[in-house]
Amino acid sequence: MTKKPEPILPYVIAWLVLMLLLGLSVLSAYLDLGFFHPFVNFGIAAMQAAIIFLVFMRLRGPPSLKWVFAGGGFFWLMFLYGLGVIDWVTRSGFPSQ
Amino acid sequence: MTAIAADLPTSYLTEEHTIASWLLTKDHKRIALLFFASITFFFFIGGIGAMLIRLQLLSPYGLLLQPDMYNRMFTMHGIVMVWFFLIPSIPATLGNFLIPLMIGAHDLAFPRLNLGSWYVFNLSGLFLLYTLFVGGVDTGWTFYTPYSTLFANGHVIGAAVAVFVNGFSSIMTGLNFVVTIHRLRAPGMTWMRLPLFVWAIYAVSIVMLLATPVLAMTLALVALERFMGVGVFDPALGGDPLLFQHMFWFYSHPAVYIMILPAMGVASELIACYARRPVFGYRGMAYAIMGIAVISFFVWAHHMFTAGISVYAAVVFSLMTFFVAVPSAIKVFNWTATLHKGRISFDAPMIYGLGFVGLFTIGGLTGLMLATLPVDVHVHDTYFVIAHFHYIMVGGTVSAFFGGLHFWWPKITGRRYPEMWARGAAILTFLGFNLTFFPQFILGYLGMMRRYYAYPPAFQEWNVLSSAGASILAVAYALPLFYLGWSLLWGERASANPWGATGLEWSTSSPPPKENFARTPVVKAAPYQYNPEDGSFVSQDGVAHA
Amino acid sequence: MASPMRSLAPEPQFATLEQQTETAQLGMWVFIATEVMFFGALIFTYYIYRLIYWEQFRLAAADTKILLGAINVAILLTSSLTMVLAVNAAKEGRQRALLVLLLVTAALGFCFLGVKGYEYVQDYNSSTVPSVNFLFKSGYHSPAELFWIFYFIATGFHAVHVTIGIGAILVMSWHARRGRFSPNYYSPLEVLGLYWSFVDTVWVFLFAAIYPLGRAIT
Repeated sequence: MTKKPEPILPYVIAWLVLMLLLGLSVLSAYLDLGFFHPFVNFGIAAMQAAIIFLVFMRLRGPPSLKWVFAGGGFFWLMFLYGLGVIDWVTRSGFPSQ
Repeated sequence: MTAIAADLPTSYLTEEHTIASWLLTKDHKRIALLFFASITFFFFIGGIGAMLIRLQLLSPYGLLLQPDMYNRMFTMHGIVMVWFFLIPSIPATLGNFLIPLMIGAHDLAFPRLNLGSWYVFNLSGLFLLYTLFVGGVDTGWTFYTPYSTLFANGHVIGAAVAVFVNGFSSIMTGLNFVVTIHRLRAPGMTWMRLPLFVWAIYAVSIVMLLATPVLAMTLALVALERFMGVGVFDPALGGDPLLFQHMFWFYSHPAVYIMILPAMGVASELIACYARRPVFGYRGMAYAIMGIAVISFFVWAHHMFTAGISVYAAVVFSLMTFFVAVPSAIKVFNWTATLHKGRISFDAPMIYGLGFVGLFTIGGLTGLMLATLPVDVHVHDTYFVIAHFHYIMVGGTVSAFFGGLHFWWPKITGRRYPEMWARGAAILTFLGFNLTFFPQFILGYLGMMRRYYAYPPAFQEWNVLSSAGASILAVAYALPLFYLGWSLLWGERASANPWGATGLEWSTSSPPPKENFARTPVVKAAPYQYNPEDGSFVSQDGVAHA
Repeated sequence: MASPMRSLAPEPQFATLEQQTETAQLGMWVFIATEVMFFGALIFTYYIYRLIYWEQFRLAAADTKILLGAINVAILLTSSLTMVLAVNAAKEGRQRALLVLLLVTAALGFCFLGVKGYEYVQDYNSSTVPSVNFLFKSGYHSPAELFWIFYFIATGFHAVHVTIGIGAILVMSWHARRGRFSPNYYSPLEVLGLYWSFVDTVWVFLFAAIYPLGRAIT
């Protein structure tokens, strides 16, 4: 049984897009984005992570059990971050310098 | 091993006899026994700590141990019991042995990883023993900063490294179980036909995988801060000691559910079999197990109500803690309903199982009391808390562990233990346990603080009762060593299914052959198909038995 | 103990080789979830402190070496590509390409460590190494040191993961050279590729956390 050779173009394109996003992230460092800074930077990082996961780590295709574990850690962190931050933001004197 | 298994047909025990065949085994059943040896060793180390604590507290004046030594003693007791006994106990021994058998597989998904987990566990044990040998640590098992990072006099880094490495063992085991249960179930073994013990081990494994890495990072930060002299928890830099507590308890609260969930799984197996009734509300029980595992991650700051967190955060976590009690209560109601109109026999495993339900209920209800903010302000850091968690971990988990050990002993060893001795030990355990820990609820409510090497003389009577109970408990825990050990050499040969239970593990010989099943079983029936009218049952491979 | 790379029969607990391959990959994804929690816990400390000390973190981050950090992102992204191409080569039986690509991946990993080491030297020279050589720049208060502590711990743990990855790649290269992989069996390479790409992903997030702050040209 001969399998069709897997095309490598998607990988190269993904790599190009990742490099582009890296450039954007570096550029954003020199812009005054104020409050939006972390959202831009982590947003770009999340996009890069998604491309790495979907293309390089071959998560493409119908959602499967792998998707659950791939996203599970990130999803679960939200509970730590979300519930944890409640303490600090509701303390008097927040934020401290 | 030869003498023990001399007259048994070829089984996983007799397959090969060399030391290498044990130390380099890939067989999950042998690895379970290896783990059993390790955790039993640490149970006794932790037990020595408990004995010294209870001896110390016979007198209000702290006559036995110096204050610093007392601190090291309760720290050692906590660290050993939590990470080196309770957390691995049921999963790494009964879980390892039974999961492939219960799902109809020939082994776990990653046998070498399983063996690796045991070696990593022992490595962490060596780090811990070294730490104890050079003087131990006095921070309490909770390693609170900045004491642990900046001011403690003991070997914090040694202890932190020991627990860090121990965490890898947990993660390796949890990973193995999760993947195995997803991928290696026999044909016909759907999720809703899994024994509740498997559900419990699955849930525990998920919790281990998600929580343990956070502990690893937290302890690494503590060790690094202690080593480098600067760190993220240092108040002088603007660091927040409460950050440590949030991160520590994000793991350590789910950790206590790691300790209780497998026990709940065992309890379901025991109660169904000895009441000859299907578990009431199987689906609810399965969902309750998963619910407990999930909600357990949302409650951690209830350990910090008086630590300095904002009152709004405290209210949120108090509410979450009330929620987590709901699935636990559902399970208690369902176990009780399972007993209703059952054909109950009081074999030793059942005594342990019933003891589990009662003691867990008391522990759980007192947990709700602690979840109530005003009550917690009064009893936090008192013996009330100590009594609460010992009711759950000792009254609950250890009882279930002993119950499971007895229940599956014929399967694991091919021998029957002497029933009367076992029943006696079970009853003695229940009595000794209550005498030890019920007075501690009273002491805590009256205001006796925990982790104190001495106390006001007015508390002495209750403390003496508690220590007396501890001596009874010690006997009760030591007894099985003797009669179970006796049974290995002289116990009656066990048949494949001496209890008439329905799981797949009972359809293979006692003890099982190395490959578990001659042919991969095909599952045709839901679990727990017991008939209380005449005690007949249908095992999961579809075979009806009278 | 027969190495699974010698024969094409699955291990006894698996029914088919395909089940074994799928299970191995699932196992690595589960492990990756634990690593997300591990690094995520560290980033939690960063997130809290950045929230309450955002001005100090801005000031401290301005002294990070963004060019070196960005070069390292590029190096790792490229190494992820070469790793994926290596797996692709194994799938098609192109043994020489497989070996070359694995070695290139390892080499890129070494480059990453080299650049990182050079960056650490630069950090030392700018006196931003807590406990070892740390001077408070103008405007720095104590929490700035918290940023730098996070920087070294995060990049340090990440470097450990890169090193382990390089070691595993070299082991795989040795096996590849001995012809152990074929179109019918290349599962260890896929699994290692998952690990390597994940280590890459961690760096992508660390870059976002560490470097782009505090340089705004107003």
